[in-house]
Amino acid sequence: MYSPLFGKLTLDAVPYHEPIIMVTLAIVAVVGLALFYLITKHQKWLYLWNEWITSVDHKRLGVMYIILALVMLIRGFADAIMMRTQLAMATNGAEGYLPPEHYDQIFTAHGVIMIIFMAMPFMIGLMNIAVPLQIGARDVAFPFMNNLSFWMAVAGALLVNISLGVGEFAKTGWVAYPPLSGIAYSPGTGVDYYIWALQISGIGTTLTGVNFIATVLKMRAPGMKLMQMPVFTWACTWANILIVASFPILTAALGLLTLDRYLDFHFFTNDLGGNAMMYINLFWAWGHPEVYILVLPAFGIFSEVISTFSGKRLFGYTSMVVASGVISILGFIVWLHHFFTMGSSADVNAFFGVTTMIIAVPTGVKLFNWLFTMYRGQVRFTPPVLWTLGFMVTFSIGGMTGVLLAVPGADYVLHNSLFLIAHFHNTIIGGAVFGYMAGFAYWFPKAMGYRLDEKWGKRAFWFWQSGFYVAFMPLYVLGFLGMTRRTNYSDNPDWNVWLYIACAGAFIIALGIVSQLIQLYVSYRNREALKDVTGDPWNGHTLEWSTASPPQFYNFAVEPQVHDLDAFTDMKEKGIAYQRPDHYEPIHMPKNTPAGFIMGMLLTAFGFGFIWHIWWLVAVTLIGTIATFIVRCYATDVDYYVQPDVIEATEAAHLAGVQLAASHKTTAEA
Amino acid sequence: MIKKRAPRALGFIFIASLLLSGCSGGILDPKGQVGVDEKNLILFSTVLMLLVVIPVIFMTIYFAWKYRAGHNQAVYDPKWDHSTRIELVVWLIPCILIVILGAVTWVTTHDLDPYKPLEGKGDHLEIDVVSLNWKWLFIYPDQGIATVNELVIPAGVPVKFRLTSESVMNSFFIPQLGSQIYTMAAMETKLHLIADEPGTYDGFSANYSGAGFSGMKFKTIATPTQQDFDAWVGLVRSSHQTLNDRSYQSLTVPTEDDPVSYYANVDDGLFDRIVMKYMRHHGHTPMTDQTMSAHMHKTSTDAPEMPAMAAPQETLAASSGTEE
Repeated sequence: MYSPLFGKLTLDAVPYHEPIIMVTLAIVAVVGLALFYLITKHQKWLYLWNEWITSVDHKRLGVMYIILALVMLIRGFADAIMMRTQLAMATNGAEGYLPPEHYDQIFTAHGVIMIIFMAMPFMIGLMNIAVPLQIGARDVAFPFMNNLSFWMAVAGALLVNISLGVGEFAKTGWVAYPPLSGIAYSPGTGVDYYIWALQISGIGTTLTGVNFIATVLKMRAPGMKLMQMPVFTWACTWANILIVASFPILTAALGLLTLDRYLDFHFFTNDLGGNAMMYINLFWAWGHPEVYILVLPAFGIFSEVISTFSGKRLFGYTSMVVASGVISILGFIVWLHHFFTMGSSADVNAFFGVTTMIIAVPTGVKLFNWLFTMYRGQVRFTPPVLWTLGFMVTFSIGGMTGVLLAVPGADYVLHNSLFLIAHFHNTIIGGAVFGYMAGFAYWFPKAMGYRLDEKWGKRAFWFWQSGFYVAFMPLYVLGFLGMTRRTNYSDNPDWNVWLYIACAGAFIIALGIVSQLIQLYVSYRNREALKDVTGDPWNGHTLEWSTASPPQFYNFAVEPQVHDLDAFTDMKEKGIAYQRPDHYEPIHMPKNTPAGFIMGMLLTAFGFGFIWHIWWLVAVTLIGTIATFIVRCYATDVDYYVQPDVIEATEAAHLAGVQLAASHKTTAEA
Repeated sequence: MIKKRAPRALGFIFIASLLLSGCSGGILDPKGQVGVDEKNLILFSTVLMLLVVIPVIFMTIYFAWKYRAGHNQAVYDPKWDHSTRIELVVWLIPCILIVILGAVTWVTTHDLDPYKPLEGKGDHLEIDVVSLNWKWLFIYPDQGIATVNELVIPAGVPVKFRLTSESVMNSFFIPQLGSQIYTMAAMETKLHLIADEPGTYDGFSANYSGAGFSGMKFKTIATPTQQDFDAWVGLVRSSHQTLNDRSYQSLTVPTEDDPVSYYANVDDGLFDRIVMKYMRHHGHTPMTDQTMSAHMHKTSTDAPEMPAMAAPQETLAASSGTEE
């Protein structure tokens, strides 16, 4: 079956016999063609290429990251709905409509997509949009690397989606434990898709971590001390430290698994001295910090939102920063709690149990500090605030069940049960995703120039919030009833009613997602009415709100001088906000480059070649990637200066908007 | 609206768990000492945490409502951002909670250590468990019998399980009796359980192991008396099948939803050979099979053991080519 030209790839790799997949592919094809037609019709290809694909502007990259996250959210959510309907149908001896062959790929894809290709890009997208603005910088430290990171994330996402139509995805669960994920028990291409999708995007994530650490250390506005960085920036900084410390572990673990599968090494096999537990330790040494990478920036968003919309300074800023740091450090010494049930001694299990529950202390402090931020404030119930309040209630429950799972004696009966599934969805949806939704609504006007429709935003929140409880509280119950995860059917009549309720909950969440799509459409249609003229729609505290919406491409015409944590509030109070300087200096800016996009596409082909053993493709794309990188490294025409007259014109337009809004306000008050 | 949602959700969990403790099956309806202890631990920890969680949820809703914009009675203090007293309290409350829970965790983790024999319950019945694709093999070394997909034990007698896997990982779990433990090839894990009440309890794999995983179930029958158990042993001994290295090989072929089957006789040392199969060596290693086996016995009292020994290519082919 092997051919030098196509490797292991044959026409049989396309799952013609799977109607669900074929219909999905048809829909993707139709949507793709429609997009192609529209872009061509409106002659937007050059615009896309010049303004977006090759852009090194952190704000543009942030928007593209979030588009990627939303697309993958829909893909991952489709998987979720399929699983819930399968389990609601496959009771009392019925088989349902998804055979294990397909179902096992779906739960694996769901986990990988939601963590790596939905939550991570969402978080990194918000970080891209907000962090440089919050610290008064004109871009990140390494703008080209930022673009490259994005296209590497896209490369991974492309590989996951290609696996739908060419070959298969892993049937191992998102953790891909060997020996099941080894070549002996997973001889197909599924695990290879998993490996290369995570490997390529993971390296991109490591680069993002390096980039943003350098950015906050070297590019803060004059006067901004580390302990004056906005709290979201601090949360992201802790997350980036975790990224830099933990993603290389994933890279190494996947590398060893690659050697096992491709070159008959025996790191994790049963025989020849392999030990699967090494993989499990390495995986969770990355995997546990990973959940804090997801949730810490969300915590930062809640802090910004609750402080802004309470019209108040954040309570206990220092405590917040310290608590995030404590969570980051503790996050590295708890990984064994993912496998208390693999026979470690009581001392080891007890140690990791106690370190895990200590994390509840800084997390609890954060909750209290958000409470005391509202205390003596004036809370405006906008959608970001609803997401935040929903989070505080929901996450308290998720945190509690997490501490319960950290007690080894309890975990011995709750491990791998649906109780566990309920717990981590409770923290990842109720913590991270609610945070990203809050951040999305909060910074949307900054990124796009108009606010989101609040009515549909509130509907979306209530569907998500109620859907979450209907979908996941039954899973806690099912865990107590002894139902384990990843089963394809059930035959216990006591479970049925809970499975039906959970399925209904998934559909309520679907209504939430639909509401968000409607919200985007309605807001776009009413964008003139919702226009953010001043750049400061919420009476914000931090520097991003001092720029126009969307911000000038150079962010700040003059580097802001920072004297306070709430730097922009401080300027507004001193009456020095929106001040026009005597003259403008030229601004040094990076030029756009196609190198990141080219490398991302080459790496996609590189992964594809590896997956199907098409060695010529691997060689060509690897050489191409390295060559592109070298050419880019030696390129000299990579930057330019924005001239004062351009700045003058841009700033005048922004300040006119601000004055217009101010005069409107005065008239209205009079 | 948010006002009502949270307590309702919490109440939902709480009431549901209370209701469920009356339900049959599951971990809130334990039928053995280990399970009872674990259920009590879960309830104690949950109640302890609710002491903090419920006030936090209540305060969230109360503060958000009381300090809502446009509600002029409330004090507005936009610059208030620090109070040493409050910060001390908010660090202290979770600390106290975690000190208590941490102490409970330390003690119960040692009490409930799956490797620890159950004290004061008399002699243990020994059962060796092997997970295969996708079925369970139970070997009773003292009785010299074996079964597939059916586990029978006398009620009131503690059981010592030694567990391993033929191929991929599984987790051996009987929710109503308590703790689960993983089965891993080339390693041996241990578990001690007891059924204090006679009955039939569901058992299954709690760790996904491939296509036939969902059907990897077995019934655990706790007989009312030792005599009933002995009678069942007699029944198994009347089977015409025996388990030796050759018939074991046929079990390693992947199958799904296997019926219960009995083996009247089991070769001595089969379980140890299954554990050691991936470490068997041929040729130039200094240890003989004999000393390897002794070595394994010596070390298997600890956590999963994994002496790294070279094995020949043939063994790899014979043992791992299971996914045709």
